[in-house]
Amino acid sequence: MSDKKVTIEVDGRKLEAIAGQMLIEVTDAAGIEVPRFCYHKKLSIAANCRMCLVEVEKAPKPLPACATPVMDGMVVKTRSPLAIQAQQGTMEFLLINHPLDCPICDQGGECELQDAAIGYGNDTSRYVEVKRVVKDEDIGPLIETEMTRCIHCTRCVRFGAEIAGIRELGATGRGEHMRIGTYVGTTVTSEMSGNVIDLCPVGALTAKPSRYQARAWELTQANAIAPHDSVGSNVHLHLRRGQVMRAVPADNESINETWISDRDRFAYQGLSAKGRATQPLVRENGVWRPIEWSDALALAAEKLKDAGAEANTLAAPHATLEELFLLRKLMAGLNAPSLDYRLRQADFRANPAVPGYGLSIADIEGLDAALLIGSNPRKDLPIINHRLRKAALNGADVMVLNPIDYEFNYPLHGAMITSPANMLSTLAGVARAVGASADGAIGELIGNAAENDEAARIATQLKAAEKAWVAVGALAEAHPDYALLQAIASAIAEASGAVFGFLPMASNSVGAALAGCVPMDGGLNAMQQLSQPGKTSMLLDIEPAYDCLNPAQAMRTLDETAFVIAISSFASESLKACADLILPMAAFAETSGTFVNGEGTWQRFDGCVRPLGEARPGWKILRVLGTLLEFEGFDYESPAQVHDELRAAIGDRGIDNSLDGPGDAELWRPKGMQRVGDVPIYRIDALTRRATALQQTREPESARACINAALAKRLRVADGGQVKVSQGGSGVVMPVRVSDQVPDDTVWCPAAVRGSETLGPQIGDITLEKA
Amino acid sequence: MANEVCFRTLHRDRSWTLEVYESEGGYEALKKVLAGDWSPAEVVDLVKKSGLRGRGGAGFPTGIKWSFISRDMPGDKYIVCNSDEGEPGTFKDRDILRYNPHALIEGMIIAGYVINAVAGYNYIRGEFWEPYERFEAALEEARQAGYLGKDILGSGYDYDLHTHLGAGAYICGEETALLESIEGKKGQPRFKPPFPAQFGLFGRPTIINNTESLASIPDILRQGPDWFRELGVENSGGSKLFSVSGNVNRPGNFEVPLGTSFAELLEMAGGVTEGRKLKAVIPGGSSAPVIPGEQMMDLNMDYDAIQNAGSMLGSGAVIVMDDSNCMVKVLDRMSYFYHEESCGQCTPCREGTGWLYRVVHRIETGRGRQEDLDLLDDVAARIAGRTICALGDAAAMPVQGMLKHYRDEFQYHIDHKKCMVGAGG
Repeated sequence: MSDKKVTIEVDGRKLEAIAGQMLIEVTDAAGIEVPRFCYHKKLSIAANCRMCLVEVEKAPKPLPACATPVMDGMVVKTRSPLAIQAQQGTMEFLLINHPLDCPICDQGGECELQDAAIGYGNDTSRYVEVKRVVKDEDIGPLIETEMTRCIHCTRCVRFGAEIAGIRELGATGRGEHMRIGTYVGTTVTSEMSGNVIDLCPVGALTAKPSRYQARAWELTQANAIAPHDSVGSNVHLHLRRGQVMRAVPADNESINETWISDRDRFAYQGLSAKGRATQPLVRENGVWRPIEWSDALALAAEKLKDAGAEANTLAAPHATLEELFLLRKLMAGLNAPSLDYRLRQADFRANPAVPGYGLSIADIEGLDAALLIGSNPRKDLPIINHRLRKAALNGADVMVLNPIDYEFNYPLHGAMITSPANMLSTLAGVARAVGASADGAIGELIGNAAENDEAARIATQLKAAEKAWVAVGALAEAHPDYALLQAIASAIAEASGAVFGFLPMASNSVGAALAGCVPMDGGLNAMQQLSQPGKTSMLLDIEPAYDCLNPAQAMRTLDETAFVIAISSFASESLKACADLILPMAAFAETSGTFVNGEGTWQRFDGCVRPLGEARPGWKILRVLGTLLEFEGFDYESPAQVHDELRAAIGDRGIDNSLDGPGDAELWRPKGMQRVGDVPIYRIDALTRRATALQQTREPESARACINAALAKRLRVADGGQVKVSQGGSGVVMPVRVSDQVPDDTVWCPAAVRGSETLGPQIGDITLEKA
Repeated sequence: MANEVCFRTLHRDRSWTLEVYESEGGYEALKKVLAGDWSPAEVVDLVKKSGLRGRGGAGFPTGIKWSFISRDMPGDKYIVCNSDEGEPGTFKDRDILRYNPHALIEGMIIAGYVINAVAGYNYIRGEFWEPYERFEAALEEARQAGYLGKDILGSGYDYDLHTHLGAGAYICGEETALLESIEGKKGQPRFKPPFPAQFGLFGRPTIINNTESLASIPDILRQGPDWFRELGVENSGGSKLFSVSGNVNRPGNFEVPLGTSFAELLEMAGGVTEGRKLKAVIPGGSSAPVIPGEQMMDLNMDYDAIQNAGSMLGSGAVIVMDDSNCMVKVLDRMSYFYHEESCGQCTPCREGTGWLYRVVHRIETGRGRQEDLDLLDDVAARIAGRTICALGDAAAMPVQGMLKHYRDEFQYHIDHKKCMVGAGG
């Protein structure tokens, strides 16, 4: 499109526009309201609803504003008798077969059809014939269908084809028999599927988890930042009587545009799940009993003081910046150097100062090439994947090194799928092909790497790209040679002129690094803390059975630790099994704070509902502990004071992906079969794990062992059979799935699912036997 | 004077064979084109000069359509022939495919050469099995003779033709729905612009013409544009195939010069059955508004004459109705057709065609209401000109035409709950 400026006249107003722009874009920008149903700024133009018909001088017929390119001197009338008559005509047609069930329709009060009907409809219908009725399909636990209400705008269909990248909904049948559905009766599985709820202008597609629970006019809206991944999607929470009823996207073009992932949309359900920590609890002689806040805090302070410099602390990377900053300050007061947030990291030999994407979210769609190492972006970071998809559709070469052949919703231009045992040597092959060099042991690794065609092709594409990105993902973090993978990836980036970065998972991973929530001099990192029982350990919003690299070892270590203080929103059974004191903490939406997302953007938010029961915001709990321990500077009166202090302390530090290390290049020596324990999309944090609708989707929720056909044959097990899986300790019996996504000698056995609590590290030796 | 162009070889035995076609001057035009006797630009000019207008129904000048695509445009370009022939009352293209397939093939090759297309597709109505087989056999003959394939007749031009059978949807006769259908998608018209000349088959520049238009090309070139144009009358060059059906003694296809009087055409078709009185004629396929018999007897069959009478020549499907026909019943059937065949994509047509049909059907079955006639007029007006493709207009026009000329019959149905003419309702 040329940038030629033209002037048009709309309803007597002169408007500037760019030649070729659609009329509706120009009227929207000028605040001139033209009714529409099928048009959506982020979707292709369908021009099928015919609601935006307007009068254009010299055109014999009214024209759809959504599909009419502006031309210099064009004279448009959006409210002329011809335009109004056309709009009213369309309105009448849309209403003749639309059920008058607004009183029981969830869309009522926020329905585009209802709104337009007030402006363009009649109070009585001239249609006296039989109305169309459409049978519903069950398309899964997230989206409720009432297809009789459908007005066939096809926004949902275009969303699937253009944004989600999987065509799950389509139109079948002709004329009045046209139906929107899945045709074969499957469920809709896109990780972004919930967006069709917002796109649907009527009540045909509504949110199933919140169905019939509130009317639009009873809800108040609050701004929030989604806490489930490092994108930090902007959301609106819809509240009624102090309860979050649903979450919808808030537009932020530079972050989530107008979309959110299903995880960010439905995880709020966890807020009202059973097992929330609502009062302080203490374990005495193996029995849990409630305890007063004052006593609980005094006990925690006493245990921390007793441990002194030996106190250990682990924090969830989705804790707020304020909480993490106070935690660090508290540990500094105790002179205790052992704190960490990298709960799933297996190798600490190389440590970037503040790992993050290395480029902005918006920049991702402008990439020419990307190499992802140990990442399943569709499930890990759906919005990042959406940007990568845009780049890929624009011709970018997206390439992966993964231990599982994950599904992508765009074509990959290079995929190296190999057992975790071979990931390092495979990556070294790319490094060699790209001409990377490094000192010492890493240099030797690269120099000795075997050459192969795929590595050479990937290297060529990386070098040819003007804008390239080499990004290390969440699954790589659990690799026993993570430090070496980082070092080689960094060398590849340097040699190919690519940006080097990380794909941190959690909403505040970057914030945790900025707050200094890492071991101070001589301190223990997360893996060390969870392998040697100490005196007192403090856990900030962690469920050790699900949130750690090696849950079996974590549970054992914490159980043997003299005293475990858990500041947590949930008092789950697994937490009770290892903790001694539970301090109930306000959850998402109940507390204010700041997240720093993967690109380094600071996003502050306020609490919008009251903490459940006696739960208190984390920053308040930490503040009181500091005061009780008589440390200086804990007399904050508001989170804003904490924020101001940390803002000054962090200064202008931001993402810094430069590596410190690795000190040595001793190689991991795997034996036999290797586990790949990635974290499924809906098992990422305590809240998501308790969102019942998300747990009902087809995403893994309980333990399973996926192996390829060759391994299944060797073990003489079949798909659906049972195997006993062990990692060191006792075995777990789980079902087998045979999948060609899994390479040889590899067992895809997800972490953080029910039944995985007693397993070992996410990546490591594993044995399988027929059960 | 009849059978001058597409039916020129009809008098011959096995007229569909290559041998007969060649013996009647077939493929001479193509040879001249390939030999450079005329440049591609000159061919376009000749077609323009001939006055040939699209024979599928819209009547758009074929030469002008061809001039929208430059042969120097880079990338793949396509020729598409529309043999879907779904318009009720039309059955002419079927007979071209059956009796003169090589004229179409030659026309498609010439069109392909003119724009330097890589391939051509002939989209044939799904029910046309015999014509499909005839066309395929003719294609094979043409390939064997070197008229198709690599380096056609040593010209260096590579080009082949493919057939694509439809699956019974009227809407796939709409040119952009047809393109979607060839691409394997649901048959739904595209919003225009862009037109097929810019964004056609597989998103590439495409010329799409009706079977009769393309089959006329070889003779236009062979016998000259003036010869062709002078067959017809001012603004309606050439001759045209008319499919005459309904209450006539000898229904069938008649190729006559444009401008031939309807009376003459009716006589060729053997006159009205049983000597009954001519009541009404739909002159251009079911989408064309009806014209009362007396008025029709004074009209000539050319684009302007029919248009001035408030209807259109369309595809040349002449549906003749005698005085035993109840116009309510006729409209009931036609409205049902458009209701059934609407693709459902855009609102006015999807919802409006069903509404029209239901109201007409109520009137026909004795359940009409006094306000229904005004309602029908109004609903039809709200569909016409508001839709993505012309199906909306096609559904609205018969209603408007019938109510204009036979409102009294409809009113009688509503008032008396029975039919004025005794037949039907």
